Amino acid sequence: MPIWLPIVVLSLYLACSLVPIYWLVGMSLKTNQDILGSFQLLPTRPTFENYLTILTDPDWNQGYINSITYVIINTVISLTVALPAAYAFSRFRFLGDKHLFFWLLTNRMSPPAVFLLPFFQLYSSIGLFDTPWAVALSHTLFTVPLSVWILEGFISGIPREIDETAYLDGYSFWRFFVRIFIPLIRGGIGVTAFFCFMFSWVELLLARTLTSVDAKPIAATMTRTVSAAGMDWGVLAAAGVLTIVPGAIVIGFVRNYIAKGFALGRV
Amino acid sequence: MEKPTNQRAWWFVAPVVLVVAFSALIPLMTVVNYSVQDILGPEQRVFVGREWYQKVLTDPELHGALLRQLTFSSVVLLTELPLGVMVALCMPLSGAGSSVALVLLGLPLLIPWNVVGTIWQVFARSDIGLGGVLLHRLGFEYNYTADALDAWFTVLVMDIWHWTPLVALLAYAGLRSIPQAYYQAAHIDGASRIAIFRFIELPKLKGVLAIAVLLRFMDSFMIYTEPFVLTGGGPGNSTTFLSQYLARLAVGQFDLGPAAAFSIVYFLVILLFSYVFYSVMTRES
Amino acid sequence: MARLELRDIAHSYQRDADYAVKPVDLVWEDGGAYALLGPSGCGKTTLLGILSGLLHPSRGRVLIDGRDVTALSPRDRNIAQVFQFPVLYDSMSVFDNLAFPLRNRGLGKREVDARVREVAELLDLSAELPLRASGLSGELKQKISLGRGLVRKDVSAILLDEPLTVVDPHLKWQLRRKLVQIHHDLRVTLIYVTHDQTEALTLADQVVVMNAGEVLQRGTPEALFERPEHLFVGHFIGSPGMNSLPCTLSADHVLVADQPVSARPAGTLSGELCVGVRPEFLKLHADATRGGAPVRVIKHRELGGSALFDVQLGPHTLLVKTGPRQAFQVGADCYLEFPVGHTHLYCDGQIVNGVA
Repeated sequence: MPIWLPIVVLSLYLACSLVPIYWLVGMSLKTNQDILGSFQLLPTRPTFENYLTILTDPDWNQGYINSITYVIINTVISLTVALPAAYAFSRFRFLGDKHLFFWLLTNRMSPPAVFLLPFFQLYSSIGLFDTPWAVALSHTLFTVPLSVWILEGFISGIPREIDETAYLDGYSFWRFFVRIFIPLIRGGIGVTAFFCFMFSWVELLLARTLTSVDAKPIAATMTRTVSAAGMDWGVLAAAGVLTIVPGAIVIGFVRNYIAKGFALGRV
Repeated sequence: MEKPTNQRAWWFVAPVVLVVAFSALIPLMTVVNYSVQDILGPEQRVFVGREWYQKVLTDPELHGALLRQLTFSSVVLLTELPLGVMVALCMPLSGAGSSVALVLLGLPLLIPWNVVGTIWQVFARSDIGLGGVLLHRLGFEYNYTADALDAWFTVLVMDIWHWTPLVALLAYAGLRSIPQAYYQAAHIDGASRIAIFRFIELPKLKGVLAIAVLLRFMDSFMIYTEPFVLTGGGPGNSTTFLSQYLARLAVGQFDLGPAAAFSIVYFLVILLFSYVFYSVMTRES
Repeated sequence: MARLELRDIAHSYQRDADYAVKPVDLVWEDGGAYALLGPSGCGKTTLLGILSGLLHPSRGRVLIDGRDVTALSPRDRNIAQVFQFPVLYDSMSVFDNLAFPLRNRGLGKREVDARVREVAELLDLSAELPLRASGLSGELKQKISLGRGLVRKDVSAILLDEPLTVVDPHLKWQLRRKLVQIHHDLRVTLIYVTHDQTEALTLADQVVVMNAGEVLQRGTPEALFERPEHLFVGHFIGSPGMNSLPCTLSADHVLVADQPVSARPAGTLSGELCVGVRPEFLKLHADATRGGAPVRVIKHRELGGSALFDVQLGPHTLLVKTGPRQAFQVGADCYLEFPVGHTHLYCDGQIVNGVA
């Protein structure tokens, strides 16, 4: 197989993948008339007014912060809770383990819309309505099972012999877990963290339903773009672009974890 | 080495169980509650038992939506999985190239789903969108708002564009987790590239691929926002999938009974399929 | 079966960084069993990688039977390698695992079958042939890895990188014995990397001791024991390790705590001077009839087949290993004889010749 084949295939794929994103950026720099009026490969009259509309909206900046807050809370909770569970599922047998594992996944088997009303009532009744905690916790319904699943897969990929060897070398369990084991599965942790971030960040329905004023997320701006005059395409596109940015940063953050993969250590 | 039995492992999973049960049980009870009642007014509820279930399950619109949904999910799985794995195999292993590739790869995943639908809504238009115009110039009679097949094509391409990176990222992380020693041993054993894929990479990716299959199946089976924004379920109901059927049941009615009943049915269908996939893919361990 | 040679080999993982392996010449004769011994991080795995071809050295050449193979891949060098943790094709049966290298070379079905069964017989794996490789114990898995290396008739050498790490402690000796037996039967050049001196000393005809990227000494286990050429070798090998004490020189003698312990070499010496002598060779006497330095016993441990005494000579403490149940009391004064021939002088860690 020629050396250049993977690069060519990958480049082709990425190029195709980027075309709609280019289109998104293009739309964000056009007015609604330009978007809907004619086909413009490059914006003939590029304008930043969509971005201005968003960025001068005080709700937007606060919304950004609110959204990032609940996403971070969610990711931290998910990882913290999922890591020990994934380890247990991978390394031990215990009563009901297979069923419990599958039950976790079943929590992702209903459209979030089904949960809107019950969650609204639940979080209102315990006083967490309109806080980032409500959104973060409601998202754990689908991020935690996913985290356990992905992490279990990666942990099972590490030979059990390594656990035994560390014990022989005299490590206490938690020290072994934190200092030796976690670095070994950092690929899995990186991927999991990214997916928690991603699913939580793009989830608009629950985020909007469980908040009103204090913790209003960017979802609010996203869904406000339909007005009496019709859909505000340009603003929506600009909002979309602005939403990608933190995500790209997060990927940049976790790429080291994903790319470094498994390293048994050098001797 | 066999897995030792250790009941103390429950302490490890207790936090997860608590967190998830907290979020899951109450809505479940609520929905079950609604599904067996007829809510005529705020304080007037009548227990109707199986009535909603029967009504929903015999609805021909449901059957149509189910068929379309199964077709959609099948095509999605058959396309995104091999494509994602192939992309992962082509990704560079390290260096600046891998960072760039990772970021570019993940971009489609980070777009809110209504924006995804919006992008493609314009992009696929043969008068004002790049994709549509391109197809038109190539000589295709393409109109996704009028032609059912074109609409299907657009929805599928949109989903593949949107979600293949998920499979690719999972597969890539899985590949990177394979210790170098395996590749070294294979090299010493004189294995060809295909043999390396078949005997080292594919077996080691089994776990990750099982997750990818289940995730993509479930999410494609529940898909709502993107196709709704793109086609609204049309033309006609040619791209109306199950979740939109559910939405139609629930919207515009004060009575959540049928919708709740269908939610339960919906859930059970996904559960059944997932269980089958899960059993098949994990039977070897 | 081949003669391996490393000529002026050196390696550093990054340009301008410290050498992971400092410049060295090494020869491994055909059919010998060798150990590469050293603590973690000393460079032994790097050296092994250079030998096998998985690593391209920053400098120097690798020769097999006189042929320069530095540019060749491991496959073309006919090297077999067993790794620290089992590296198997999990989806295949034991039989298919062993057959894999042969099938990749296009051997016929009958030949493959015969050869696999032969090697399985040799390793006591015949019963496991039809089983899936993934569910087996660490010891069996390493045997399979070894088998994959042996199955090729033209294998020039087998390189093992701490292969017993994942084997249960009570099974290690079994696998060690099997390795010795295989080496004896097949006369394959065996190079065994380990940080465990017991493994090295029992398995190998010759041991190469490394530390911090440098080859410190190579020789038979006896030579390493009786005449460590470097303080590190003296400390690393032997249990307990060699005693080392700072010393000074007088006109005729080497002095420890102003006590003469041996004759001094001719010539001047500059640098840090140390006397090295193993606990096994020191002798304790109740009186001064055989000469010896006056010491006081401060600790006594019975170890079953031997006894260990801590004795005080001036400001220094030495360990002395004797037979069991000697009559020396704690607190007693006795005399310590430094045997001629086993008392070595070290200057800056390196042995000085011409002493005893």
